[in-house]
Amino acid sequence: MSEHIVSTKLYYAIWIALLVLTGVTAGVAFIDLGPFNTIVALTIATLKAVLVILFFMHLKYTSEKMTSVVVISAIFWLLILLALSLADYSTRPLGLS
Amino acid sequence: MSDSPVIVESHNPAQQHHFADMEQQRQAASLGMWLFLATEVMFFGGMFCAYLIYRYWYYPEFAAGSQTLDIRLGAINTGVLICSSLTVALSVRAAQFGKRKLLVTLLVATILLGLVFLGIKGVEWASKFEEHHVPGPSFHFEPTAHSHPNTKIDPRRIQIFFSLYFAMTGIHALHMVIGVGLFAVLTFYAWKGRYNSAYYTPIENAGLYWHFVDIIWIYLFPLLYLIDRKK
Amino acid sequence: MATAMSPVAERENYLNQEYGVRSWLLTTDHKRIALLYLASITFFFFVGGLFALLIRLELLTPAGDLVQADTYNKLFTMHGQIMVFFFLVPSIPAVLGNFLVPLMIGARDLAFPRINLLSWYLYIIGGILMMHAVLTGGVDTGWTFYTPFSTAFSNTKVIEAGLAIFVVGFSSILTGLNFVVTIHRMRAPGMTWWRLPLFIWSMYATSIIFLLGTPVLAITLTLVIFERAFHLGIFDPTRGGDPLLFQHLFWFYSHPAVYIMILPSMGIVSEIVPCFSRKRIFGYSFVAMASIGIAVLGFLVWAHHMFVAGMSIYAALIFSFLSYLVAVPSAIKVFNWTATLYKGSITFSTPLLYAFGFIGLFTMGGLTGLFLAALGVDVHVTDTYFVIAHFHYIMVGGAVMGYLGGMHFWWPKISGRMYPESLGKLAALIVFIGFNLTFFPQFILGYLGMPRRYWQYPPEFQVLNVLSTAGSTILAVGYVLPMIYFLWSMRYGKHAEPNPWGAAGLEWMTPSPPPTSNFEETPQVTWEAYDYGNIDLPKEVPVER
Repeated sequence: MSEHIVSTKLYYAIWIALLVLTGVTAGVAFIDLGPFNTIVALTIATLKAVLVILFFMHLKYTSEKMTSVVVISAIFWLLILLALSLADYSTRPLGLS
Repeated sequence: MSDSPVIVESHNPAQQHHFADMEQQRQAASLGMWLFLATEVMFFGGMFCAYLIYRYWYYPEFAAGSQTLDIRLGAINTGVLICSSLTVALSVRAAQFGKRKLLVTLLVATILLGLVFLGIKGVEWASKFEEHHVPGPSFHFEPTAHSHPNTKIDPRRIQIFFSLYFAMTGIHALHMVIGVGLFAVLTFYAWKGRYNSAYYTPIENAGLYWHFVDIIWIYLFPLLYLIDRKK
Repeated sequence: MATAMSPVAERENYLNQEYGVRSWLLTTDHKRIALLYLASITFFFFVGGLFALLIRLELLTPAGDLVQADTYNKLFTMHGQIMVFFFLVPSIPAVLGNFLVPLMIGARDLAFPRINLLSWYLYIIGGILMMHAVLTGGVDTGWTFYTPFSTAFSNTKVIEAGLAIFVVGFSSILTGLNFVVTIHRMRAPGMTWWRLPLFIWSMYATSIIFLLGTPVLAITLTLVIFERAFHLGIFDPTRGGDPLLFQHLFWFYSHPAVYIMILPSMGIVSEIVPCFSRKRIFGYSFVAMASIGIAVLGFLVWAHHMFVAGMSIYAALIFSFLSYLVAVPSAIKVFNWTATLYKGSITFSTPLLYAFGFIGLFTMGGLTGLFLAALGVDVHVTDTYFVIAHFHYIMVGGAVMGYLGGMHFWWPKISGRMYPESLGKLAALIVFIGFNLTFFPQFILGYLGMPRRYWQYPPEFQVLNVLSTAGSTILAVGYVLPMIYFLWSMRYGKHAEPNPWGAAGLEWMTPSPPPTSNFEETPQVTWEAYDYGNIDLPKEVPVER
C-alpha cells in the first residue's frame, strides 16, 4: 500500500502459519471441549484473519491511518448488528413460541 | 508567454487528470477498495447474524447438519484459498519489482487455485443434492451415524441450517467467481505490460478483495463444518 | 471576485462544452451526472406522487369504492418503495451532493468519476426493473417486505421489486464510497476539516450510513429472493424460521436510511440559514459533530420499529432508551440554526422560506418520533396514521422542503439562471399550506385509532380524511410550480452572477454555471467557513430586503 516491500520469507512464514492453524482447528474439533470448542474455533479463525489482514493485506505496513479506521469500523458495525440482535434473542425463549 | 521556455511536466500515463499526482490517485484507490470491503463485511454480516441466531436457537439441528458436510473437502478448500492468498501476495510483490513474467505466472496460479476451490465446492454441492439436503419440497434428512441418537432433532429445522449453508457458501462462491474474472482481466493487462513498479494499484486492490474473500471462508469453515464434531 | 459577465457572449461552461446525447450519457463530469440524476429522480417523484394521489382519492370516502383491497395494498406499497428508494434516498446526495461536493472542497471532480457514472446507470437499471414490476402487476407487501407474507404468500412481483431495490441500493453505496474518498483525499490546500461547509459534513455522515447500512438491506432482500425462488426456510415459521429476524435485518438498514434522508437536508439548511442571516453559523463544530453523531447513533435504534412485533420487553427497553438519545444531536442542530438567525440580518428569500418550513416541520416530526419511542404510547399509536403523519412530517416537511430549498439556493450555480423570486415564494407558501393540511389531520386520525394500510375506515374519520386529501391536491400544485418555472428559467431566466446571494463557500467563487474543470486554478483556502463578516453582498441583489 506504500513503498514498503515485504520479504518473501515473511509471506511464506505466514502461509505456513495459516495452514498449520487450519490443521489445528480441524483437529481440535474432534476433541471434546464442551462449549470451548466454539470459542477455540472462532479464536483460531480470528487469528488467521488477523494474520491475513496485517501481513497479506499490508495493514501493518501502511502509513495511512484511515485504513485502520475503516477496518475497525467495519468490525465494530458488524458487532453492533450481532450484539443488539442478540439483546432481543437472548432475552426471550428459544425457538418460536 | 511565447518567449519563456515551455516546461512540459511529464506524468505517469496512468494518472487520471482530476488527481494532482499519482500518490493521491493511489491513496484514493486504496481507500476506495478498503471502504468497499467494509460494505462487504456488512453484506456477509447479515448472513452471519442469521446464522448466529439460528445456531443459538437450534444447536442440535445445526450440529446434525454440520456433521453431514465433508470435513476433508472443507479443510482442503481452506488450504487451497490460503495458498491462493500467498500467490496473490507474491504477485503484488512481483509487480512492485516490475517482474512481468513472474507477475503473470502468479496471477494465473491464483486463478487456477480459485477454480480448484470452485470445483471442490461444486462436488460438495452435488453430493448435497444427491442426499436430498437441499431445502424445499424434496428435502429429506436421515440422521447419520455420527449424530447423537438421544438428541431429539426436528428435521424441519435442519432445513434452516442447509438454507444458510447454501446461501453463505453460494454467495461466497459468487464472490470467488467475480474474483477469478477480475484476476483474468488483470492477467491480460499484466501480460501486456501495463503494470510496473511505478503503477501496480489494480493488482494491489484486487489482491485486497481476494484476501477478503479468503477471510470470509476462514470463518465459514469452522462455523459450517466443525459444529459438534467430537467423537 | 465576480467579473462582470456579458449575458450575450456565452462563456464556456459544463453545459455548453459539448453537445449531443452521447456527451451526456457517457459523461464523467460530476455536474452533468448530477443533472442526469435530477431528471431521473424527478420522474420517480411524480410516479410516487401519483400513487399518493390515488391513495388519497380512495380515502376520500370511508367505503372501499375506488379500488379493490388488493389494489390498495399495491398502491401504498409502491408509493413507499418508489418514494423511499428512488426519490428520498438518492435525491440530495445524487443531485446536490454530486454537483456540490467537488466544488465545495475545491476539487476538479469526485475521486472516481467513472464509478459515479456507473452509479447513475445502476439507478436507471433499478428504476427500469421497478417500473416493470409496477406495470406488470405491482407489489403488495408494504414497502417493508415483511415475511412470511413476502416470502411465502404474496402473489406479486416481490422478487423483481427486491432486485430493483438491491440494484439501486448498490448505486447509493457507490455514491457514498465516492464521497468519503473525495472528502478525505481531494480537499484543496488549506481546506482543513474544520473549514469544510456543513453540507460536506452532512454528506460525509450520510455516506457512512450508505456504506455500512445498505449492504445489510442488500443481503436481506437477497435472502427474501432466495427464499421465494429456491424455497429456503430462513424466514418460514413452519420450518422454525423467525419472521422477526427479517425485521431485525430489514430495520438495521431502514432506520439509518431515514437519517440518509434527513441529514443532507439538514446540511442544506446549515448553508441557507447563515447566508440569509449574514452571520456565521452558531456552534459550527457542534453542528458538524452532531451530523456524525446522528449517523452513528442512528444505527443503534432500529428495533423501535418492532416494539409490538413480539420482541422481548428488555430489548424494547434498550431500544427505546437509545431512541431518545438519537434525538439529542438533531435538537442541537435546531437550537444552533435558531441561534444563528437570532439578531441576524434576515432576508426572506425563497431558500430561507423553505429552511423555515424545514425547521418547524422537522421539529414537529422529530418530537412525535419521541412520542413513538415511548413504549406505552407506541402500543396505542403504532401502525396508525400517527406514524404516517410522523414520518411524513420528517420526510416531506423536512427532507423534501430542504431539497427544494437547496434546489432554489443553488439553481443559479447549476443553471446559470435566476428563477423568478416571487413565484418561488408563492410555491413555498403553497407547499407549506398544502403539506400541513394534508398531514396534520393524520396525527389526529392516528390518535383516534385509524389504522394505516387499511382501504376502508369508519365513517367518523371521514372529515379529517377529506381535509387530508384536499391538502394533498394543494401540495401537488406547490410541487409542480417549481418544475415549471425552473424549466422556464433555463431559457428565459435572468443570467446569474457567480455569487448572487453573497454566500460563503468555494462554489460561489467560480462562474455560474461553472466550467467543466470547476476552477481555473486550484483554490488555496486561507479563511474559515461562513466568513460572513468579510463577504460583500452582490451589487445587484436579487431579493427585496
